[in-house]
This record gives sequence, structure tokens and C-alpha cells, in this order.
Amino acid sequence: MTGTDNKRYRSAAEELEEKRRRSRMIHRKRRIKHGIYVAVVCTFLLIVSLIFLFPIVLTITNSFMSQTEIAASYGKIFSSLTGKRVFVAEVVHLKLIPDMVSFSQYSTALIKSPDYLLKFWNSVLLVVPITLFQIAVALCASYALARFDSKFRSFVFFAYVILMLMPYQVTLVPNYLVAGWLHILNTRWSIILPGVFSPYAVFLLTKFMKRIPSAIIEAAKLDGCGEWKIFTRICVPLCRSVIWSVAVLVFIDYWNMVEQPLIMFDDQEKYPLSVFLSKINSGDVGLAFAVATFYMVPTLLVFLYSEDYLIEGISYSGGIKG
Amino acid sequence: MNQTLQNNTKRKKERRYSINETKERRRTFYFLLPSLIGVLLFYIAPFAVVIYYSLIDNPIQKNFVGLRNFIQVFNNSAFRQAARNTLTFSLAAVPLVVLFSLLLAVLLDTDIPFKTQFRTVFITPLMVPIASVVLICQVLFDYNGAINTMLVSFGSLPVDWMKSGYAQFVIVLLYLWKNLGYNMILFMSALSNIPTDVLEVATLEGCGSVRKFLYIKLRYIMPTIIFVSILSLINSFKVFREVYLLTGDHPVDTVYMLQHFMNNTFNSLDYQKLSAAAVIIAIVMIFIIGALFAIDKRFGGGTEE
Repeated sequence: MTGTDNKRYRSAAEELEEKRRRSRMIHRKRRIKHGIYVAVVCTFLLIVSLIFLFPIVLTITNSFMSQTEIAASYGKIFSSLTGKRVFVAEVVHLKLIPDMVSFSQYSTALIKSPDYLLKFWNSVLLVVPITLFQIAVALCASYALARFDSKFRSFVFFAYVILMLMPYQVTLVPNYLVAGWLHILNTRWSIILPGVFSPYAVFLLTKFMKRIPSAIIEAAKLDGCGEWKIFTRICVPLCRSVIWSVAVLVFIDYWNMVEQPLIMFDDQEKYPLSVFLSKINSGDVGLAFAVATFYMVPTLLVFLYSEDYLIEGISYSGGIKG
Repeated sequence: MNQTLQNNTKRKKERRYSINETKERRRTFYFLLPSLIGVLLFYIAPFAVVIYYSLIDNPIQKNFVGLRNFIQVFNNSAFRQAARNTLTFSLAAVPLVVLFSLLLAVLLDTDIPFKTQFRTVFITPLMVPIASVVLICQVLFDYNGAINTMLVSFGSLPVDWMKSGYAQFVIVLLYLWKNLGYNMILFMSALSNIPTDVLEVATLEGCGSVRKFLYIKLRYIMPTIIFVSILSLINSFKVFREVYLLTGDHPVDTVYMLQHFMNNTFNSLDYQKLSAAAVIIAIVMIFIIGALFAIDKRFGGGTEE
């Protein structure tokens, strides 16, 4: 009797042990599987991010090379840009790290040849007013569009969305016509004014303002706030992070502009740096890297400062509906 | 009697309230005015004129010519070339950018280390002016550039990247580099908005991660996919920037974009051609966007509360 009992107990214990072992095995297998998955995904993402960062890093490091070093590395490329295409058997080295760090390119670009600084200033003069005024106009408009629902307002919002989705090939012709009527062709206003009324910021801000609970607004109204006070004291402060991200997106979009100046400006003196950078001739290649780096510094700084806001803002932009 | 009185006061109250509200509505309407006037003045009104210009022979005589300008633009070989190039570019670039950004978002949505760092890296190109990286592209893809040097050292023939059919390929790469980040964020936020209880139930029912993705997540992010497609399409029309900065006014035929055509027509000040081309592009865009909206309505509904 006791013997069989013992046997039974032992077999039960063994079974339990077996079960535990098996589950541990499965667990371990799963962990290994997960580990392999993480490793594969991480290496893949690492490779992709290296490719992503490569051009930026290369531009920045190359801007610290001296003129002679640049010429020795890439001279062949840029001297043959306009000439005929002969493949010279010489090896082009991509140099990640300069042999000797020098700031000579920066000093020439920024102090000795004022052309670049002037073009940079042109960019600033175009982009800063557009960003500031587009946000101001859009804030008011989005307040009106988000505060009440009506057929007219949703129609306006829909029209803005369609307008936002129209490519430059469509909108530049009307802009050009208006600039002609107002006699502002070939002045900065011909780019700034259409930029100020661009519907992009209205779209994003309206989507966010609709999320503000109406209870807050009702409470403010009971406390005696007028529309203007509700707008400035409640809605704008609540939208602060989104305003910031919209400003960043608008800024970078116009900082990149190429189409508008090519059409609106006759004289190249007014070109922003984005267009001017492509017109660099072979003698200035060393300078070009320094200027290119200089040109991306403002946007990169803004980005590092506002990454979280930016991501939040982009997230809100998803979807057409309000 | 008593009841009707009550009703009357009730109605009066309602009316007073609605008067109040109409006042408020009117007041908020003033907020819209600056933007509305600006948009009407700079976009809508001149576009009406553009439509008018596309239907007359020239701005001085103003004879109505019907669709002659449109037919002329359609028969213009440069316009056809530009339209074909832009279309092939969009057809290649838009699906690629949607797929890749979705892939990145899904990968970043899983349980892996250094998520935020990867995310930061992927949106950095968004913040870098294209003009700044064009130099590097030239160093890489020039006939004597680094990539050809590498190819030759492996024993193959050098490829003339920028002056042949491969130029499209380079532009697609540049476009992907620039646009992946933004779309990835949109997808990431859409993925994180999927209600977790649905996914938990699926896990309990024994769904694998592939199935969960195909049957649940994909359904929930369908509206975002449509939106990202529209955005990418719009951005693919903007790719002229990259082409211009890389190759200047006169690129190879394969990357001659619609904007090149517009610029050249601007230079010759042919308003009729220009207007007709703009109207054609607008109509095509409205059709494409309308189709995508329709798809959105068909497949995107059902998941939204």
C-alpha cells in the first residue's frame, strides 16, 4: 500500500518537474526568439539610421576641412560638373574626418565674402515674417473654425484642406497674377503675402483647437470673458505646444523654398541661400560645405530644442477630418 | 392656459439664448475674416482668373476659344514629358515611402531598446535643408563620385547617375530620405491610438503578431495610410526642389518635372499655356484626392468612434 502510494507520489512529483522543465524550455525558447528578433531589428534600424545620418555628418565634418584638402578629395568632381564626362581613374575618397580641423572655410565664407551672409539674411527676411504672420492669422481663423460648427464653417475648412493639398504648380500661377496686379513682383512681398495666408497652419491648429473641451470655454464665459479674452487667455495658451510645432514645420518648409524665388524674383540678388547654394561654382567647393553647414544650423538647433513638441504636432496632423 | 404661458416663456428663453449664440457666432466670424480675405485674394480669386485665361486666346483681344489652349498644352511634347516623368516618379515614390515608413513605425512600435534615439535619427532629415545635402549627393553620385569609384573597384562599369535614367532613382532616394520621418511619426501615433483591449482580446484568442497586424492594426490605421498617401503624393509634386538643386535648370529628360515646364513657360510669359496647364493639374489633383477620399470612406470607416 505504502509502496504504491510512494510510487504515485513520485510519479506526480516527476510529472510536475517535467512540466516545469518544459515550461522553462518554452520560456527560454521564447526569450531566445525575442532576443534574436531584437538583435535583427536593431541592426536593421542601426544600418538605416547610419544611412540617414551619413549625409548630414559628412557635410558637417567636411566643412572643417581646409580648401586644399577639399580640392584634393573632391576637386575632380566639381571641376567636371560642367565639362564633358570623362571617367578619371582616380579614386575619390570620402573623408569622414578631416586631416586637420580648420575654421578657415567659415572665416572666408562669413567674413571675407559677404555674398553668402547676404543670401542667408535674405532667407531670414523671407522666412521669419511668413512664419510669424501665418501663425497669427491661422490662430484667429482656427479659433473661428473650431469654436462653432456650421455648414459654412465646415465648407471653409474643407476648401482650406483642398487648397493645402494643391501643389505649387497650381498655386504659383494665381500668386504670380496677384503679385502682378499689386505691383509687388520682384519684391519680397510677392513671396511673403501668399505665404502668410497659406492654409497649412489653419488646418493643423483647427484640428487641435477642436479638442479643447467646451466646458472650459463656457466657464470662462460665465466668468465674463469676451470672445477676445477667451481666445487670448484660454485657447492660445492651451495650444502652445502645437503652435510651436506648427511654427517649426512652417519655418523648415519655407527655409527650403526653391520654387517661389525662381518665379517671383528676376534679379539673383534677392535669392535666398537655398537657391543660391546650388549655383556654387567649382572654385568655391570648400566654402560650400561651410555654408551648407551654416545653413542647417538654425533648423537643427530648433529641432533639438523642440523635438517633443514637433512630434506631438505632427501626430495631430494625421487624418483629414477635423 | 397655464401650460401655454409656460411654453411661451420657455420659447422666449430659447430664442434669447439663440440670439446670444448668433451674436457669438458673428463675433467669432470676425476672427476668420483676415485669413478668409487673404485666401480669397491670393488664391481663390486669381484662380478664377486663371480659369478665365485658360479659355481665351490672349489677354488683350479676349476671344473665347473653348478648349483650344488645353489641346495645345496636351499636344506640347515638353508638357507630356514632364507629366509622364512626374507621374512615374509619384507612382514609384509614394508606395515606397508609405511602405517603408509603415515598416519603420511598426518596428519602432515593438519592444526594442533605443526607441527614442532611433526616432530622433529618422526625423532629423526633415529638419535639414535639402540645399545643404545636395553637395554630398554630388560627391556620391557624380560620374567621378564615390559610388562609381566603389563600383569600379568591384570591377563593374561606372554609371552616369545624374545624366541618365538613373537620375530618377537618385531622386527617389533623396525623396525617401527626406519624407520617411514625417510619415513614420503619423503611423506611430496611429498605432499607439489603437485601443489596447482589442489587441489583448486577440492575444488571448491566440492571435500571432502577424495576424494581429493584418486583421486589427491595419484596419485601424487605414485612414492614416490614406492620409499619408495623400501627403506623400503632394510632396512628390514638390520634388522639383531636389531636382533643381541637384541638376539646375536643364536636367536630363528623365527628371524633367512639371515644375520645370511651368518655370520655362513663366519665362516666356505665355499666360494661356500656363493657365491651361495649372487648370489641368488642379483637375487631376482633385480627381486623385477625391478618389483617395472615397477609398477612405469605403475602408476607413467603422473603426472611428
